[in-house]
Amino acid sequence: MNKNKEQLLNKRYRAERRFRLYGQSAIFMALLFLTIFIFKIFSTGYTAFQKTWLIVPVNFDAEMMMIDQNPSKEDLQDADYYDIALKSMADLDQNANDDQKNQLKRMVSYFFEKEIKNEILNDPSLIGKTKEVYLTASDDLDQVFKGNYPRDLPEDQRRVSDYQLKIFDHLVAKGKVESKFNISFFTYADSREAELAGIASSFMGSIFSILVCLMIAFPVAVLAAIYLEEFAPKNRFTDFIEVNINNLAAVPSIVFGLLGLGVLLAIFHLPRSTPLVGGITLSLMTLPTIIIAARASLKAVPPSIREAALAMGASRMQTTMHHTVPLSMPGTLSGTIIGLAQALGETAPLILIGMVAFVNTIPGSPMDPAASLPVQIYIWAESAERGFVEKVSACIMVLLGFLIIMNLFAQIIRHKFEKKWS
Amino acid sequence: MIKIKAKDVDVFYGKKQALYNISLDIEENQVTALIGPSGCGKSTFLRCLNRMNDVIDICNVKGEILINDFNINDKSCDVVRLREKIGMVFQKPNPFPKTLYENVSYGPTIHGMAQSKQEMDEIVETSLKKAALWEEVKDRLHEPGTGLSGGQQQRLCIARAISVRPEVILMDEPCSALDPIATAQIEELIDELKKEHTIIIVTHSMAQAARVSQNTGFFHLGHLIEHGPTDKIFKNPDNTKTQDYITGRFG
Repeated sequence: MNKNKEQLLNKRYRAERRFRLYGQSAIFMALLFLTIFIFKIFSTGYTAFQKTWLIVPVNFDAEMMMIDQNPSKEDLQDADYYDIALKSMADLDQNANDDQKNQLKRMVSYFFEKEIKNEILNDPSLIGKTKEVYLTASDDLDQVFKGNYPRDLPEDQRRVSDYQLKIFDHLVAKGKVESKFNISFFTYADSREAELAGIASSFMGSIFSILVCLMIAFPVAVLAAIYLEEFAPKNRFTDFIEVNINNLAAVPSIVFGLLGLGVLLAIFHLPRSTPLVGGITLSLMTLPTIIIAARASLKAVPPSIREAALAMGASRMQTTMHHTVPLSMPGTLSGTIIGLAQALGETAPLILIGMVAFVNTIPGSPMDPAASLPVQIYIWAESAERGFVEKVSACIMVLLGFLIIMNLFAQIIRHKFEKKWS
Repeated sequence: MIKIKAKDVDVFYGKKQALYNISLDIEENQVTALIGPSGCGKSTFLRCLNRMNDVIDICNVKGEILINDFNINDKSCDVVRLREKIGMVFQKPNPFPKTLYENVSYGPTIHGMAQSKQEMDEIVETSLKKAALWEEVKDRLHEPGTGLSGGQQQRLCIARAISVRPEVILMDEPCSALDPIATAQIEELIDELKKEHTIIIVTHSMAQAARVSQNTGFFHLGHLIEHGPTDKIFKNPDNTKTQDYITGRFG
């Protein structure tokens, strides 16, 4: 009898140990996947924050720029920089033939003309002199310099010719190639050229969408939640509404995209591809999330507080506005931020309402066409050029950083304000 | 003098009847204790007196309750005005999660009882003094009310209730969450408050009913079995059920 009991006890202990092991291995697996994921993104993406520059001597010849020796500001603005730009690149190899000159030109981005222009606009005294100017390297050379380019491929399968590589290696040997922090990744809009593509447009697009989403979803959702929780009679109709709000939260986001396409664009003719439409569409998606969070935190306010206020002769409205709602706000706000973070990462509905269009301007208002960060990731991931691979990962990093900050903010709000009265 | 007159009050929670035919007169400026075993309906009856049962959707009150000869179950009765006149203290101390000052000034603020800051300060001070809390908290009026001890919190709730100078104060087991010392303080306070207010207290403790009340009503299974002067109920009850409950044979 006693022995049986001991066996049983041992069995129970073993079961517990086994269960713990299962739990630990589950957590280990989760952490492993997360680490692999983050490592992969960082290892492919970190190079995107560096940009390769070629340092090329430029002779600011007034005659070639078709200006006189003492030009006015306007003259400098309108001057012809193409010729001196072309010449500076061609001069890298004195013996280059026409085809090779063309190849030399393609070693830098098509912004080279502008970069040279900026140089002289900053310092007009350069006219007639020669100065070494930083020019953005083409995305392929950028990748070569970062070691991401398979140089041993046969030449006809490469976008960089042997000749270009020879000149480039020569420049590297002379120390005329430099890698610097890639500011343009944050200040430029999207571009077909990987070396000039940046996230400014999609970043602003995301911000505007989220703001529109917040301004629509938050008031509507909070009012709906307060009404449903504090004022609405509990009957079959309100039950029906509650069930459907929960259902709405589970509707696939692409359905909301179709709604935005069918209603906002087709019927109301709002401007296509804009954060305004994106924000409205996302707000439909965020609405149930915020309603559910707000109702949960209203429910969590102890009934004794409501009773205390009512017993003091406060009306229902006063009870709600003076006591229940302020107490529920931390929960509501952190729910709202979580909902917005969800909306921020949403891609499918935005693609449907046209925010997937190629936008190479930075939007100044929610009415201007824009992309958004997740859509930008999608666009770049589709692009064939090698230079976009690291950009995809870099954009993911920015998006993840954004999300982490938002979640952190939600946590802080929750802790700070809930502690106050505990 | 009769302050509150309940006539044939029936209360239903959905289909379930919680109170049967309660008729009870409550004397002005006296303490009336309502005693009885758990679930007998004494709290339900108390909540009828300031219509707190309105909050519960399925609760349905029938019959007349006359306060100052006015039927509060009448459609013309305004609950906000009613609750201004009938204060309530709950079983568990439930101060607002705000400062002590805001807790006490809340009632006077929403009922517009003070014209100036000084007047409000006075109301807060007198209310806290009447609740025997002033000396303990006068230096920290702007700290959260939830930081007080249980007994202090309950006295704060009493201060909050009397801040609007109600005619009647309803107390729903005000000492059940408190230790004996805090309980003694509250009981003393009740004795003091009855000079200006009519008090109705629900209590589980028969000793407490005997100590603080002048009249007692005994509830059992939704019926008011017996009511009368506390002395008589405790020493010489008419009903055997009352006798059994008081002597501890059930409950």
